Amino acid sequence: MSAPSLSVQDLKVHFHLGGGLFGRRHAAVVKAVDGVSFDLHPGETLGLVGESGCGKSTLGRAILRLLPSAGGRVMWRGRDLGKLEPEAMRQIRREMQIVFQDPLAALNPRMTAGEIIAEPLRTFQPDLGANEQRRRVQEMMAKVGLLPRQINRYPHEFSGGQCQRIGIARAMINDPKLIVCDEPVSALDVSIQAQIVNLLMDLQADTGMSLIFISHNLSVVRHISHRILVLYLGRVMEFADAERIYRSPRHPYTQALISAVPIPDPDLERQRRRITLQGDLPSSLNPPSGCVFRTRCPKADDLCTREVPPLMPAADGHAVACHHWDR
Amino acid sequence: MPSTPRTAERAGAEAPPLLEVSNLETNFSTPDGEVPAVGGVSFTLGRDETLGVVGESGSGKSQIFMSIMGLLSTNGRARGSVKFDGEEILNLPRAGLNRIRGDRMSMIFQDPMTSLNPYLTVGRQLTEVLVTHKGMNESEAREAAVAMLDRVQIPEAGRRIDMYPHEYSGGMRQRAMIAMALLCRPELLIADEPTTALDVTIQAQILELIGEIRAQGSTAIILITHDLGVVAGLCDRVMVMYAGRIVESGSVADIFYRPQHPYTEGLLHSMPRLDEKDAKRLATIPGQPPNLQRLPPGCAFEPRCQHRIEVCKTTIPPLRDSGAGRRKACHLERS
Repeated sequence: MSAPSLSVQDLKVHFHLGGGLFGRRHAAVVKAVDGVSFDLHPGETLGLVGESGCGKSTLGRAILRLLPSAGGRVMWRGRDLGKLEPEAMRQIRREMQIVFQDPLAALNPRMTAGEIIAEPLRTFQPDLGANEQRRRVQEMMAKVGLLPRQINRYPHEFSGGQCQRIGIARAMINDPKLIVCDEPVSALDVSIQAQIVNLLMDLQADTGMSLIFISHNLSVVRHISHRILVLYLGRVMEFADAERIYRSPRHPYTQALISAVPIPDPDLERQRRRITLQGDLPSSLNPPSGCVFRTRCPKADDLCTREVPPLMPAADGHAVACHHWDR
Repeated sequence: MPSTPRTAERAGAEAPPLLEVSNLETNFSTPDGEVPAVGGVSFTLGRDETLGVVGESGSGKSQIFMSIMGLLSTNGRARGSVKFDGEEILNLPRAGLNRIRGDRMSMIFQDPMTSLNPYLTVGRQLTEVLVTHKGMNESEAREAAVAMLDRVQIPEAGRRIDMYPHEYSGGMRQRAMIAMALLCRPELLIADEPTTALDVTIQAQILELIGEIRAQGSTAIILITHDLGVVAGLCDRVMVMYAGRIVESGSVADIFYRPQHPYTEGLLHSMPRLDEKDAKRLATIPGQPPNLQRLPPGCAFEPRCQHRIEVCKTTIPPLRDSGAGRRKACHLERS
């Protein structure tokens, strides 16, 4: 296999909460991402799944250095992003882009579609002529399924799905090698979701870029991802091939997560045995000792209270962080 | 249908359906002109029946029930007829509606945080319903409210009843909403995207709870959702909406296994499924959702339909019976 383009090693992101009204109280720390490691290869899609508060978006942003990390390293094509000078980092941003969840909120309402898509071009290739710029923008619009003649329209004149296409065109215009897609289809209608998922897969096939696909929608993640990382309270629970995770999930959390997704098939859906987790996600301010999942885990025992289960990479490339996965 | 025996028991064979909606039209007047949100919808709901109402944003699926409940925003106007247990309730004055709302029919919403009053304890909001509708005194009402919170599996209900909504988690808030809706043992529960704002593991808990309410069989349920998976597990019948109209309705098996309308078919195929790894590309419905202010003269789905014929461009297909309790609004003769 080729060398990974992205290597994340023991990445940690901590948020310090303000200590009381006058800053006198002891400040609390939320460990939003707590020691996450993975490699990503060119042309590969990694799915990040988990429920709200699991740290999936924070992880995506920390990889792009949109958030400072509290520990660990992010290696991008052999360079440690944490050690780069601001100007060098700025140049690398051209290769790493992001697409956000709410397409309308992510676009400046006072700029036309053409100006929005051209902005990264103006930043990184300022000496490009106006005609050439326009040509490239229109070419990109056609590529993402927008009508090039709509170049002078404003975001509010487009539907949600079309706005997401503008966001994707903006991310794609500088020919990036990695796009972090943060819930890119969650705000869209079902019939439009499929269009956007297909578009991302087509663009990847064309350009060979890597994708990090963040979503709480397990069906969509399964469809688009090669490998999947399951997060819970900032920690990796399970990491394996998409097929493997869905066919034989090892972690009790992944098992519950998969069994909780309703399947649009009345007979199958009514026969399924569902693992219903009790209770709610614990507060990330005060996570449980030992295994963070133990408070909702049907297999939890004393060992889980005492010791944090390490993420065990098995011979078959199926890593799981659970003391009892094979029990 | 499991509804028939109860109906017969209550008032003989002639008992009216629980809900009978005829030609409901809902328009909103906006600075840009009239927006037809619901364009002539008719259906009935039997007692103890669970009906799924499926559609994408702007399909009018929520506005039908906001019209029925008298909860339209001030620029909205509803016309037509809605009979609840034989009695006309559409556009009743507030006092008349309040005899029924919260008592014989109640509604839960997508976002429990914005539907609960943040200034009042959960207990206060629950007991209010019982005092108003059932004439209970405070201590009876409190007892009943604790029992109901217990039934929807709020842990330590006796203590949690005195908390404020912000002290509840998202899943607990939705349980509290459901408890409030069930307090007066309504004959009809309308759930508008009850799990959309929740995480999947919490969604599973809430769906299980709705399933239990259904199994007890004294409440008809209308489940409004965009998630076909939710409908598959819970509903007896399904109604598919597009651009303010019903495009297809039928039993849950017919809709999922033998869809007749191209939109229903497209919707089913465009969802990636967790239980199967299919071909590389998802089937899509091309084009964009319709603009309600500029609907085409014919079928609203025509611009996106793969099977369109000449007549689709000019004539709105009426919703007609297509056999075995099914209806569809499509010019095509397909089965």
